[in-house]
Amino acid sequence: MKIKSLSYKALGALLALPLIPTLAYAFQMEIATKNNYEGLTPQAHWNEMWSEVMWDITIIGAIYFAIALFFLFRYRRTEHNQVGKSPKLSAQAIIGWVVLPCMLFLGDDLFLFVKAFDLHNQMREVPAHAQTIKVTASMWNWNYDYGNGVDTDNELRVPVGKPVVFRMTSDDVIHSHYLNGYHVTEDVMPGRVTWEWIMPVKVGESVITCREYCGANHSRMYGKLIVMKQANYDAWMVSALADAKAESGHRIASTTVGKAIKNIAASKINKGQEG
Amino acid sequence: MGVIMGHEPNGKPGWPKTVKEWLFTLDHKVIGVWYLIGSIASFAVAGLAAMLMRIELGSIGPDITGDGNVYNLWLTMHGAVMILGFQIPALLGFVANYAVPIMIGAKDMAFPRVNAMSVWLLWSGILLALANLVIPDHFNGMWTGYPPYSTSDAAGNTALYSLVVIVLGMSSVFGAVNLACTVAFMRCKGMGWFQMPMTAWCVFTANIIQLIFVPVLAASVLLLSLDRYLGFGFYNPETGGDVLLYQNLFWFYSHPAVYVILLPFMGIIFEIFSASAKNMVFSYKATVFAVLAFIPAGGDVWVHHAFVAGLPDWLRVLQSFTTLLISLPFGLLMLSLVGTLYKGAIRYSGPMIWALGAWVMLIFGGLTGIPNALSSIDYGISDSYVVMSHFHYVMAVAGTMATFGAVFYWFPKLTGRICNEFLTKLSGITFFIGMNVVMAPLYFAGIEGMPRRYMDYQQFADNPTIVNAQYWSTIGAYITFLAVLLMLVAWIHGMLKGKKSSQNPWGSQSLEWTSAALIAGQGNFPSPVEVVEDWHPYNYIDNPKPTYITVASNS
Ligand SMILES: [Cu+2]
Ligand SMILES: [Cu+2]
Repeated sequence: MKIKSLSYKALGALLALPLIPTLAYAFQMEIATKNNYEGLTPQAHWNEMWSEVMWDITIIGAIYFAIALFFLFRYRRTEHNQVGKSPKLSAQAIIGWVVLPCMLFLGDDLFLFVKAFDLHNQMREVPAHAQTIKVTASMWNWNYDYGNGVDTDNELRVPVGKPVVFRMTSDDVIHSHYLNGYHVTEDVMPGRVTWEWIMPVKVGESVITCREYCGANHSRMYGKLIVMKQANYDAWMVSALADAKAESGHRIASTTVGKAIKNIAASKINKGQEG
Repeated sequence: MGVIMGHEPNGKPGWPKTVKEWLFTLDHKVIGVWYLIGSIASFAVAGLAAMLMRIELGSIGPDITGDGNVYNLWLTMHGAVMILGFQIPALLGFVANYAVPIMIGAKDMAFPRVNAMSVWLLWSGILLALANLVIPDHFNGMWTGYPPYSTSDAAGNTALYSLVVIVLGMSSVFGAVNLACTVAFMRCKGMGWFQMPMTAWCVFTANIIQLIFVPVLAASVLLLSLDRYLGFGFYNPETGGDVLLYQNLFWFYSHPAVYVILLPFMGIIFEIFSASAKNMVFSYKATVFAVLAFIPAGGDVWVHHAFVAGLPDWLRVLQSFTTLLISLPFGLLMLSLVGTLYKGAIRYSGPMIWALGAWVMLIFGGLTGIPNALSSIDYGISDSYVVMSHFHYVMAVAGTMATFGAVFYWFPKLTGRICNEFLTKLSGITFFIGMNVVMAPLYFAGIEGMPRRYMDYQQFADNPTIVNAQYWSTIGAYITFLAVLLMLVAWIHGMLKGKKSSQNPWGSQSLEWTSAALIAGQGNFPSPVEVVEDWHPYNYIDNPKPTYITVASNS
């Protein structure tokens, strides 16, 4: 009787074990007042999280495989009439074999979830000073509107070191704006404005692709993200502005104003749906 | 009634002899075979579509087509036919119809006529789906059919898509009612719920899921056609509709559909593991509850298919958590599988090799599901090869290996003969290697940013990981093709020249091997079977023998 009650206590203690790392992490997050990703760009934070998840599943898989391989080798049939001799489980043992593994799985789930939530908070919180670029997708083109009369197709230029937020909508079907290396994609659809943001930290070029099936040329709907030094970006913007102004007034009226009206309409629809 | 009834015992083992009997049969076993033929034909079509895509993707630039519409037709056919024509019919058609009634000691399904209707609806659905290959305005909106693309002219014939899904859905619902009633009311005398084989439990649970969720799918695709042809605006923002409504409805069914496929094939793995190790299924009762837990657990996670679709952040985080909770019942099933081997007496038979392959794929697939469940990780890998590789491991490859394992496992009951063991194992191992060479490199291509549903990737020409992965993946497809040919040879050879099987070649304790004739005839059992309370399909040590009840003939 005594041994039994003791073993129940031991079981109880074991149940709490898997929760410790989670609670510790949650607590640490609390005292760091949500700033424990300070100094990390979202993409670096994502990479960190990704490698942690990969380690997590590799370790679980390795343990499981090791046990499985051992069983497969150790318990092969050697005699013709041999039958398996797995022990008959008592009711307590069955409960134990449910509750304990579940607590372990739950512990790992919670641990990953809390960390991923942290990453989510960073990826879904636009810095106050971010530059806004409007993105309009269509079959099969990415249009970038810098908000000052300048717009580009399939070529996105941003200055290094400044956060950029994309406000995105689509003229036709659903597309998805994926910035390779930044680990963000967000669907772009008619009737709604969706958004994503990035923090470019290195000068250079990377690929932008469409990630939601959008018809015959889905795989050819790609563009280039060009991260520039601030001075170069400013210079480019000045010449782009001059080009835009040099173009005839009717183009501005039909395109830019038209687009603005459409965007207002789109955001109204969006608000209506959310409210 | 006439000769075509088929579900009253006539005492004669064997298959029907005439074409008429085959066509107008009400016998669940013959219907099961019709399901099997339909699903293997679907597998061939969808598999060839996959081969064409893999050849096209083997290198950058057009290899066999430069036309996006042609490629997208293959891709649409591959997804739709594999899932709706091969996997669901093979598992909820063949396994559920052919095997489950005999396993629970029933003389037939609860509603044999409804059963016949289900299988011919399935065949109509498959033929309609194949028609998509020949009509000029073929539907190319993927098996997921997202609007507004799927309701635009570019997508082709939306009506055909709606029709195929609704016809197959009707077939599923009729089949689900039938099987649920069969399991609930047709079990042999003495067989309690907890004396059912895992396959019966898993198929039963899968069908309950079908009953709850298929109507939502049918509604979601019906609205597509209403939008397209009658100008309703359910999914059209210009008339106040919402494109995301479709995604919510569609995945509300289509995530649970994963378990409609996963559970039955896990049931098969349990069946083969237990018979090969001659061992009790580990923690049987708890495992049954884990299977049932998929009904509520699978119903509240669909948003993980739309983590980047502009849904509110709180919903993403919430369903990221509920998705992680799937690891509890899934983990218990995996624990039970490895536990079934503990202290077993494992014989490495042909079907066991296929089941082992399925199991290993399931481990890869299950583990690679964890990153996808985390919404913030998903922002980086959504709609990439990471996701594609994951679900092929967990659903497609594990499911296919288990399904073909089931064919090898029940082959003696179907034909009275055993497939050549060497060919069975060789094809199984080749398939396993082939599919790993197809899918493993693509996982790494996905990490590098390779998106799904692309026919070309010239934007990644300077990324050696992606280019090499595509190349090796195509090599893997050739290996898999060879494996499938070997498997077909094994089947045909087994059917014609295979060694005559004994009554119970795998030494199982389940009723289909112990109490029915090897090739069971009408009514399955010579007379109704009865089991006692201590009898269990997985008790290999001291199982009391099932007995027959002699009934006075009254005709
Ligand atoms: Cu696109
Ligand atoms: Cu899902």
